[in-house]
Amino acid sequence: MATMEMRKDLFADERDDNLNVVGKGLQRQDMPGHVTGRTRYFDDHGFEGLLHLKIVRSPHAHARIRSIDVSAAERAPGVKRVLRGADVPVNKNTLLSLINFGKDDEPSLAVDKVRYKGEPVVAIIAESEAQALAARKLVRIDYDPLPTVFDVEEALAPGAPTVNETYPGNYFEYHERFDHQKLRFGDVERGFASADIVMEHRYQMSPIEHAPTETNGTIAAPDQNGRYLVHSCAQGLFFSLDTTAKIVGLPSNMLHFVGGTVGGGFGGKVDSLTEPLAVLGAMMTGKPVRFVLDREEEMLYGSPRGAERIYVKDGLMRDGRIVARYIRSYFDAGAYTRLSSYAAIKCTAHVPGPYWIPNVASDIHVAYTNRCPSTAMRGFGVTAVDFALEVQMDRLAEAANMDPMEFRILNAYRDGDMKPHRRAAKNTALIECVQVAAETANWPLSEQARRQTSHTGGAGERGQVPATVIDTKGQIGRPDTRAGTATQTLPAGTMRIPLSKQPVMDGSRDGRAAPTQVPRYEQVSPAITPPAPPPYTSSPYQSTTSPPASQLPPGPPMPAPVPPPAPAAPTQTQHGAVRFSSVFGTRRR
Amino acid sequence: MLGLRSCATLAEAAGILSGDRQAVLVGGGTLVMRDVNEGRLTEGTLLRVTDPAFRQLNASGGRIELGAGVTMAQVLASRDLAFLHPAARAIGGPAVRNMATIGGNLFAETPYGDFTVALLALDAQVVVQAGYGTGRGVPLEEFLAGRERGTLPGLITGVQVSRPANPADFRFRKISRVKPKGIAVMSIAAHLPAQGGRIMQARVAYGAMAPVPVRARGVERALEGKTLDAAAIQAAQQAALEGCRPATDAIASEWYRREVLPVHLGRLLAGEAR
Amino acid sequence: MAKTPVQFRLNGSDRAAFVDAPETLLNTLRRGLGEFAPKYGCGQGTCGVCTVLVDGEPVLSCLTLSVACEGRHVETASGLADGPELHPLQAAFMDHFAAQCGFCTPGMLTAARALLAKNLSPTRDEVIEAISGNICRCTGYEPIVTAILAAANAPGARRA
Repeated sequence: MATMEMRKDLFADERDDNLNVVGKGLQRQDMPGHVTGRTRYFDDHGFEGLLHLKIVRSPHAHARIRSIDVSAAERAPGVKRVLRGADVPVNKNTLLSLINFGKDDEPSLAVDKVRYKGEPVVAIIAESEAQALAARKLVRIDYDPLPTVFDVEEALAPGAPTVNETYPGNYFEYHERFDHQKLRFGDVERGFASADIVMEHRYQMSPIEHAPTETNGTIAAPDQNGRYLVHSCAQGLFFSLDTTAKIVGLPSNMLHFVGGTVGGGFGGKVDSLTEPLAVLGAMMTGKPVRFVLDREEEMLYGSPRGAERIYVKDGLMRDGRIVARYIRSYFDAGAYTRLSSYAAIKCTAHVPGPYWIPNVASDIHVAYTNRCPSTAMRGFGVTAVDFALEVQMDRLAEAANMDPMEFRILNAYRDGDMKPHRRAAKNTALIECVQVAAETANWPLSEQARRQTSHTGGAGERGQVPATVIDTKGQIGRPDTRAGTATQTLPAGTMRIPLSKQPVMDGSRDGRAAPTQVPRYEQVSPAITPPAPPPYTSSPYQSTTSPPASQLPPGPPMPAPVPPPAPAAPTQTQHGAVRFSSVFGTRRR
Repeated sequence: MLGLRSCATLAEAAGILSGDRQAVLVGGGTLVMRDVNEGRLTEGTLLRVTDPAFRQLNASGGRIELGAGVTMAQVLASRDLAFLHPAARAIGGPAVRNMATIGGNLFAETPYGDFTVALLALDAQVVVQAGYGTGRGVPLEEFLAGRERGTLPGLITGVQVSRPANPADFRFRKISRVKPKGIAVMSIAAHLPAQGGRIMQARVAYGAMAPVPVRARGVERALEGKTLDAAAIQAAQQAALEGCRPATDAIASEWYRREVLPVHLGRLLAGEAR
Repeated sequence: MAKTPVQFRLNGSDRAAFVDAPETLLNTLRRGLGEFAPKYGCGQGTCGVCTVLVDGEPVLSCLTLSVACEGRHVETASGLADGPELHPLQAAFMDHFAAQCGFCTPGMLTAARALLAKNLSPTRDEVIEAISGNICRCTGYEPIVTAILAAANAPGARRA
């Protein structure tokens, strides 16, 4: 076993050292099953009369379906049932409808058109896999190919073909107001104007397939009490149970999901790719039905990590301080939302990286294209923007003629720093991480950099919410508003960002719709004198001495320092915002 | 539906193959059974040959005869075939080598088929049996050209090659990105017999540089009559891309294959490590 | 469709099944005989999770015709333990945390068993070569190699 170094000297007062597991070798409870071959994955269950389900998929990236003829397939040897879109009780769903986020936009089996190559259109259920595969070739589908779009920015351009009619502008709709997720903190334009160096770069990531060794699959069997027993590969078993219940039109207590033992998932087994149709097949045939993706399907049509295009623009002072950062990013959702809407929220929550920057803004778009829908994968929403940010940090360090490690220490979050999301940074540790990494790698750091700590140098002026410029750029259905300018400056200390409203529940079974919420802004204390954005807080390196006035960049006259804001008190509790806290990035207080 | 027939003799299999266009011979299964599992092959008849002659290996003399059903593992188990071990070892992991056959490798679509590249540089003959007649030899290059056109001559019963007079004159390497085992970016085989220090009748072949394994005729010409020095290697590198038609696939782009071929050819000829 | 009878030894016991003629050994083992240790991962000979021994040699059961195993001895990871006693490979995999999701483990153990049956003191490179046809997507190769090397030196490694 590799040994793990426990650095007890760091943050000793913040940690309980009375640990039972961390730092000790402990045998995993599932290990005996793994080494004896007795671990049961979803497919390791025998059923008498097991039927096999195979999918007929679209050969086109975008096409209207003129007709579907399954008559020959229905007569083929061993075929028990052929499923089409009309057989699916709720044939439109979006995964996060379970937490009321987004509109139902994806069918289990395509009906009027297909929006990506490999989209399921017909399901064949037969006595053997070989029979299902043979019958699959007998289905005749007449397609009328449509223009396609594969690039995120082209998809948002005027005149692009509409990929997904639920989102006619090819973008996910945030808060029923905007075609992207906004983040605004301070005034980036002013920051850029006063910076010594302004640098912008474009970063492009590729989609990544999870390629779990066990492909996605499900066995669903009628149980003796009218319920259905479902052996599932799902990573989120109850998430999949509720998704399946909605699609097949059963109360969730009629489904008995068994799982949790997954042959590799990495995010690729949260989409319920196989559960609903396997259960529906069991309902329609009264027999156990097994639906397993083959390797080719898994690689080509199992949803990948979505590609992202990220533009990072920074304003940099010659002394190495970053004074403004603006990020414009595009998530390639593929043809349907799946979890991309959430990825953009996560990305926004991660901006601007672990650095304190006085002026930050981001516009994160989710664009629909005629690609395979993308989904969760290991830090999705964060990993790609982190790559972009850290490459950008190296470039900035070079531009400032600074060591990249020292550059990060200089700009790192410290305890008490205000993040653009209007929460104070706590338990920050980037400085210590960089110091330990440098030490381990024998990378020389200056004495000054070695002396820095996350405990000091933050808070104070850096803990304030600056006056913030906001805008109404990118309104839903108004691409002409994308070039809009600032409309309002929120006074310093404004803590809350607009709350979201309830989504439209298009395919909802129970029809429950929450009342529409109105976006609004909460001010901490209207009595506070609004200051201008804090321009250039002194570097923490110089925290004991004020910088000479000559080092301050030119700018408009500064008002008097702001008194510390009163504690942020949510004056009203909005049920929706609290309940769906994890998605919207607000937390129960 | 898909059926199966087991053939006790090569003649029986050859007869069925020439009479039934939907019959497919299964060697080790590593090609045909993929298509069965993925649902591409759902009709017709799988042919299985149980004739021991199919797996016979005669490697003691100068003229080597390998049955088409000889596996890569059999090649690796034969000390007489040591010069072919690098090529056999380049095929899959141990389980694949226990299954994959020399005959099957002749049909492996690019970028697979590395063993065939070695055979091509050895001027191998393919033994073809059409119908119930007797076998005839067909030059491997001719067979591959036919394969690219989609014309196949009949049952391949075996392969014949001449043993290199000096095993050190035969070189093979497979370039892949995943170590130790990956699909080929390309593979290169060279047989460079020399007389009095000068290369005579050079044979160089590439895999994954065209739809089927191909001879590098430009390289062969550049090396002919030369001593294998820096100047000759440079001339060979300059001629390296003659006749190449590489594809862009999941392993490498056409551009990349063209860019790195001269580099890897140079290293092979210079006897350098990868 | 008419079925074809097949008989072979499975982990030391005689077993028989009626199969579709072109059926793979993997299907016969899993769906016909209820032996679930070998897995389906790719059906194309890439991942190695279906690896079994036929007459002591590793093969990919997803690409092997069941009828070709008539009268032969098929061994899976289930046959590795001797009753309640773990094989040294299994013990080493446990000791060295050589499994994460566990899906590749039966194939890895089978490939390693084939190696140790022929070579009780393999080098590190020989171990890597022996499992080069087995994919672990959780990227746990280092502990797997360590475990196999450790098992090679343990008493009873060649057992079974």
